[in-house]
Amino acid sequence: MRRRSPHIFYRPPKMQTLIVAPTSFVRVDTVLTIERLRVSRGDNLVLDNVTAELASGSVTGLLGASGSGKSTLMRSIVGVQRIDSGKITVLNLPAGAKELRKKLGYVSQSPAVYLDLTVVENLNYFGSIFALPDTRVDEVLERVSLASARKQLASNLSGGQRARLSLALALLPSPAILVLDEPTVGLDPLLREELWDYFHELASQGCTLLVSSHVMDEAERCDDLILLRDGQIIFHASPADLKASTATDNLDSAFLALAKRAENEL
Amino acid sequence: MSSRRIFATARRLLEQLKHDPRTVLLLLAVPLVLMILLRYLFGSQLTEFNQLAPMLIALFPFTIMFVVTSISMLRERMTGTLERLLTSPISKLEILLGYGLGFGILAVLQVALVLLVTFGPLGMKTSGNLSMLLVFSVLDALMGTSLGLLFSAFANSEFQAVQFLPAFIFPQMLLSGIFIPRNQMPWVLRYLSDIFPLSYAIDGASRTSASTVWTLASSVDLSVVAIAIPLSLALGALTLKRQTS
Repeated sequence: MRRRSPHIFYRPPKMQTLIVAPTSFVRVDTVLTIERLRVSRGDNLVLDNVTAELASGSVTGLLGASGSGKSTLMRSIVGVQRIDSGKITVLNLPAGAKELRKKLGYVSQSPAVYLDLTVVENLNYFGSIFALPDTRVDEVLERVSLASARKQLASNLSGGQRARLSLALALLPSPAILVLDEPTVGLDPLLREELWDYFHELASQGCTLLVSSHVMDEAERCDDLILLRDGQIIFHASPADLKASTATDNLDSAFLALAKRAENEL
Repeated sequence: MSSRRIFATARRLLEQLKHDPRTVLLLLAVPLVLMILLRYLFGSQLTEFNQLAPMLIALFPFTIMFVVTSISMLRERMTGTLERLLTSPISKLEILLGYGLGFGILAVLQVALVLLVTFGPLGMKTSGNLSMLLVFSVLDALMGTSLGLLFSAFANSEFQAVQFLPAFIFPQMLLSGIFIPRNQMPWVLRYLSDIFPLSYAIDGASRTSASTVWTLASSVDLSVVAIAIPLSLALGALTLKRQTS
């Protein structure tokens, strides 16, 4: 038998139709806890008293205007951001713990890829860092629709292709948690749709995703939404709850109503 | 520590160079062109050429590797690939050793070519130990690589990184004994040159190529260079921060 990833949720795509998900699946319900997180960069307080929990196997959308602290929150969860105070626990470990490096995938806003390597060389390098079989590279390439560009230099890729390569590198070790900072920017609607289908497929296999976005129809596809405003969470619930609590029928108006409410409270 | 991850990193660096043949050509050809220029500059003064050539054979790989390494590490910092590496299972030491190995292979190639041309067509004669000259030159290249890794941490842009050449390498070069023998320098400069690792690298190269007799001074030269490499690698590892503010 060919070597498989040690993570329980990961199954090779071919077998997906054959395996029925066990109903009595034992899993930790909360995979990520953020408690009273405070982060400042220079003299700016970027995140102030942020507290949130992410449920296992969920897709959470992180929304907010640019400068509201989305990227800083994501970097804190990944463990690359120095924090002032508060506590972040990922899979029962403190954020940034060595054991998490195989279990947490992160895609930064600007694609972190080697521009002077081909697509497949980029993937092979990280494949050998994670000690993965070569077949895994082909699987991931297929999933992000880059198989036809495998021999191309990353510098010759379009912006959307580079973003997908960056995503592919994060997907490679089949992480249990994926933190994606605007992964669909610059993608055409069809490709965006495909990626969101894939995000939900990963979630159904037990992967927990935190995805930041600007696009409302993407927010609609999340299980949970976190809305950040000036470094504080002003709303954290499902899209349906958000619409209900603001008495609106679409997320656009719901956000507008929330923003006005926050404005009045000030 | 995993040798797989070190080899993978070295291979990745060489693959990057493979896609950039112009850089490889410059890396290998520039030292040769400079040696040919030097040879014809001295014309019939073969004795002077024989004295100066080993020093330059040690200097070229040091300088070139310093620049190449600091720029490519700086690129990793700027494009976010370093952050990606630091959030993956690879350790800081494995990254640095991968760099040392990858660029070390390139350095061996570069030095071998220079030695071949200098002792072949250019007709350099030495009464010393040719294999030790090779050893010194390769160690110098590795020292350039490890200092380049260290100094890349202090540059925020490629412009700054290139300025490190005149700022940190030229002073070492001026005081290394290439222009004026170190024992003829004013005492302040003499002591200053004692601090710079490049002085020992140049001394070592010229000493071993002048005579086959291995002296205490040669051992000191070799030890200083051999210690400077892991020392600056270790300091370089400290500059690789997993968390930034």
